[in-house]
Amino acid sequence: MKIKFYIIFLYVFFINLPAVAHHDEFNIFLIENSENIIKSSAKTVDSILRDIQSFDDEIVSRFLELWKSKSLYYIKDTKQVVIVNENEESLDALEIDGLTRIGNYSKKEIKKIKPNSGVRAKIDSILVKYQIFNSDINVRQKSIESLKRNIRPEHLEVLQDAYINESDAELKTVIDRLLKFAIVKYSDSNDKKLEIIESFKGDTAIEIRASLNQLLNSSEVKVGISLPNNKNIARVIVPGFTIKNSNGTSGTTNFFNEDVEISINDAYDKLYADNLVYKKRITQEELKKILEQNISGDTIGGYSISSLDNEQSRIAAYNKLVENNLAPPFISENKINEEVNKFIFYSIYNETSSEVTNAALNTLASINFRVQIYKYIDLLIDGLSLASIYFLGAIGLAITFGVMRVINMAHGEFIMMGAYTGYVVQQFISNHTLSLLVALPLAFIITFIAGVIMERLVIRHLYRKPLDTLLATFGISIALQQIAKNIFGTQARPLTSPSWLDGSLSLSDDLSISYIRIAIFILSLIFLGLLLFVMNRTRLGLETRAVTQNPVMASNMGINPERINMLTFGFGSGIAGIAGIAIGLFSKVTSELGSEYIVQSFMTVVVGGVGNIWGTLAGASLIGFLQKFIEWFNPSNTLAAQTYMIIFIILFIQFRPKGIVALKGRAADD
Amino acid sequence: MTNSINDLLARHTLIFTIVVIIFSLFITFFSEPYGNGLISTSFVKTLGKTVCLCIIALAMDVVWGYCGILSLGHFAFFGLGGYMIGMWLMYERTAIIVQEAATNELLPLTETELSNAIGNQIFGVVGGYDIPSIWMFADSLGLQLILVIAVPGILAFIFGWLAFRSRVTGVYLSILTQALTLALSLYLFQNDSGLRGNNGLSGLQNIPGIEYLGQEVISIGFFWASCVFLISIFLLFHSLMKSKFGLIITSIRDNETRVRFLGYNVEIYKLFIFVLTAIISSIAGALYYPQAGIINPAELAPIASIYLAVWVAIGGRGKLYGAIIGAAFVSLFSSWFTGGQAPDIPLGIFTIEWVNWWTVLLGFGFVIITIFSENGIIGFLRNIFVKEK
Repeated sequence: MKIKFYIIFLYVFFINLPAVAHHDEFNIFLIENSENIIKSSAKTVDSILRDIQSFDDEIVSRFLELWKSKSLYYIKDTKQVVIVNENEESLDALEIDGLTRIGNYSKKEIKKIKPNSGVRAKIDSILVKYQIFNSDINVRQKSIESLKRNIRPEHLEVLQDAYINESDAELKTVIDRLLKFAIVKYSDSNDKKLEIIESFKGDTAIEIRASLNQLLNSSEVKVGISLPNNKNIARVIVPGFTIKNSNGTSGTTNFFNEDVEISINDAYDKLYADNLVYKKRITQEELKKILEQNISGDTIGGYSISSLDNEQSRIAAYNKLVENNLAPPFISENKINEEVNKFIFYSIYNETSSEVTNAALNTLASINFRVQIYKYIDLLIDGLSLASIYFLGAIGLAITFGVMRVINMAHGEFIMMGAYTGYVVQQFISNHTLSLLVALPLAFIITFIAGVIMERLVIRHLYRKPLDTLLATFGISIALQQIAKNIFGTQARPLTSPSWLDGSLSLSDDLSISYIRIAIFILSLIFLGLLLFVMNRTRLGLETRAVTQNPVMASNMGINPERINMLTFGFGSGIAGIAGIAIGLFSKVTSELGSEYIVQSFMTVVVGGVGNIWGTLAGASLIGFLQKFIEWFNPSNTLAAQTYMIIFIILFIQFRPKGIVALKGRAADD
Repeated sequence: MTNSINDLLARHTLIFTIVVIIFSLFITFFSEPYGNGLISTSFVKTLGKTVCLCIIALAMDVVWGYCGILSLGHFAFFGLGGYMIGMWLMYERTAIIVQEAATNELLPLTETELSNAIGNQIFGVVGGYDIPSIWMFADSLGLQLILVIAVPGILAFIFGWLAFRSRVTGVYLSILTQALTLALSLYLFQNDSGLRGNNGLSGLQNIPGIEYLGQEVISIGFFWASCVFLISIFLLFHSLMKSKFGLIITSIRDNETRVRFLGYNVEIYKLFIFVLTAIISSIAGALYYPQAGIINPAELAPIASIYLAVWVAIGGRGKLYGAIIGAAFVSLFSSWFTGGQAPDIPLGIFTIEWVNWWTVLLGFGFVIITIFSENGIIGFLRNIFVKEK
């Protein structure tokens, strides 16, 4: 408030004077105080900083900024404080305003002013006031941003004033949050801290968790005969047993975390370092070294060297050396355990008040609970998007398998073909949105035609021989894959998504969904709807279902099964092409793209049950969610997750050999 | 009638045995250590490996061609056999190296130091030095040889029992076996699987204890071992398939339901064949990988098992010699074409480079054989030369 008053006062006072006038006065001030500016100390700087505030805001903040950042110089003769423009050999000295040139000096004639860190801190605390109360909102924002990175106890007061004065609502909330962090970190009042820690409950922002965790920083391992009474104990440590939790408490080892905080041997070394035991532990390496130093002939301490191939005999030989005073005594494992057990190991919080740390633990627990819930939601979303990918990949396969009992091993290559179609279209149409709109139907048409050709040339000859079809389509699969490799090379080709699909929908610091995943989910919903419509509401669907259930009877009713088979196969392949574009958008397009998805697609079909859209949906959901769920247990290892998932599927098939949704009636007889 | 068929069959096995022995002697007399060196050691190894592939093709033929189970997982058993023998080879060789290095030390190594040094040598690449517990028998050749039989045997038994019991058949079974293979190879790809992740096991061509013989002699030894094993497996399968048991097996292939109604326990028969062929595949793998020198999880990938089916299909399934011809023919041609030895064909504007186009030819050729000649090359030749009665 006081400063504002000054500012208004100065403004009124100098309002009619030309800018040069108060600039000159500032120069006079500099000359008067030049001695103290050049050789400033924490003692002398106070008075300068007090007096300087009577000058114009702009010039003062500029001056303080330069001073703090060690950009001020002085001319040795005149002791005039200047700034310089560095030339190759000489220096141009300028007045502080950077406009008036004083003269040209050699490098020896001018010296840098280097305020020490104490002085700089004091300058800074005044400078912050100038910036944080500046009338320009950009300056205020900038100063808050710099405070965020580097906040110190002396800023507390300024921040409080700034919070009261701030008129911009958005910036006010930023200051509020910063102020809260500053209070939690530096305030002397436990009550204030407790109040703010309480108010953090339910807010999952990462910086709040960081602030609380910082509050819960604890010391390194300490040791004593008993626990100290007057300290804020974070945890009691059992060497070789307990682990350190991130909130400073101790926990026990579990399956995922095996690293104990301190091993028994290290604990003993710690006792030795703290002079609580007097005999040094001899490590196996040291023991070996000392034995080697005491070789006499082919014996050590009366033991033949060749017998020293196990630890017991080495210790025995070493103890012989100890008896002859040739080595320091060996501390046995039992003795180490015994000594370590005599003492208690612990760690204390850096924060002295147990009330505050307890509140922080409490709040952190409630935040972590919420974060955990977000993680579950995130897991569900991940599973959902993986399920939609599997659904897209497998639905075409399910249709052909369901209707024609044909396993198409080349299905993955149709997916690849679709992805490459998208890539090639992008080479001709540079607008990504437009190229995607062209590529989707084009991929369908191309793979539809490829599917029909394959059905006419190969599959038609192999009906009623499903295993032969499997192998023949495998032959086509390896041929197509190699052809793609020959045409497009082995390196991955990009299929860039339109810019409106980049980025993600962010719901909290822990929860965000990329738009591509949403798009794929919507795409698979569209396909689900489309397929349900075609199968249940159109003539083609009716005929397809008839052929699925009983081909002979269907053909008796005037349906041409050959035509249906051809169209179904084309249709299934066409969907694979579109799935290829969807998959290509989030992973790179390679010739192996299809084979990466083919086994999962088969799994989906087998688990879901053949010939039923709902079955495929169920299978895709089960596999997608299951894979994400297993990965969640062991996030570092997606390979293991896939292994366990496949084992699960093998077991699942035991209980429902025909899949989740099994066909009933005659069609199920195969 | 029965006698004449038996005579014919007996003649087949005799012819086969004689052909293989003459072939082996021929190779030996032109090899580097025992002959004039016309055939290089590396080619002897290639032939030895091919013989091993013929053995697993035989196993595949029995399980698929005779029993009707299209297993897409037998190459996984082959790889497992390689891993089991590879563990002993690698461990023992490293132990010898470590002990040799330790002779310069002043004190003899303790057991812990020894195992740490070996662990560091073997598992350094995957960032560890503890020897995983699955290596606990790796210092004993005998136990590890038992594992060559036991591990794939037990795996095949559990899988087969589960699958056959719930009457999973046809393409479902094929896909399940493929999934099993994929699961196994993905598992082995992990660094903490205890089998060195994607580095696999290497240096397997150095056989501890007989290294002084040199690769020329060892390769001939393995070649002979492979050939002897091939003959004995051929004889075993031949007599098995010709027996009543074999008849039941082929009946199961032709109509499983009918055989079940006749009172046979189909599951037991299928399980027996599945486990037997898995074990034989594993032994073939244990012979193959010391000749190849290295094994890694990529060898077990599902595609390898499908190629195995392709060999058998091309050769002609349901005939033992068909499988052998298919495996030898395709694998030798493959290495000839992809090795860059085959002459490229210039077509004016475009040159067919076989390194790139061989797989395409193989794929389409395979489709054509599947469509036009159900029994592969053998069936094709029979159609031409043997007139229908």
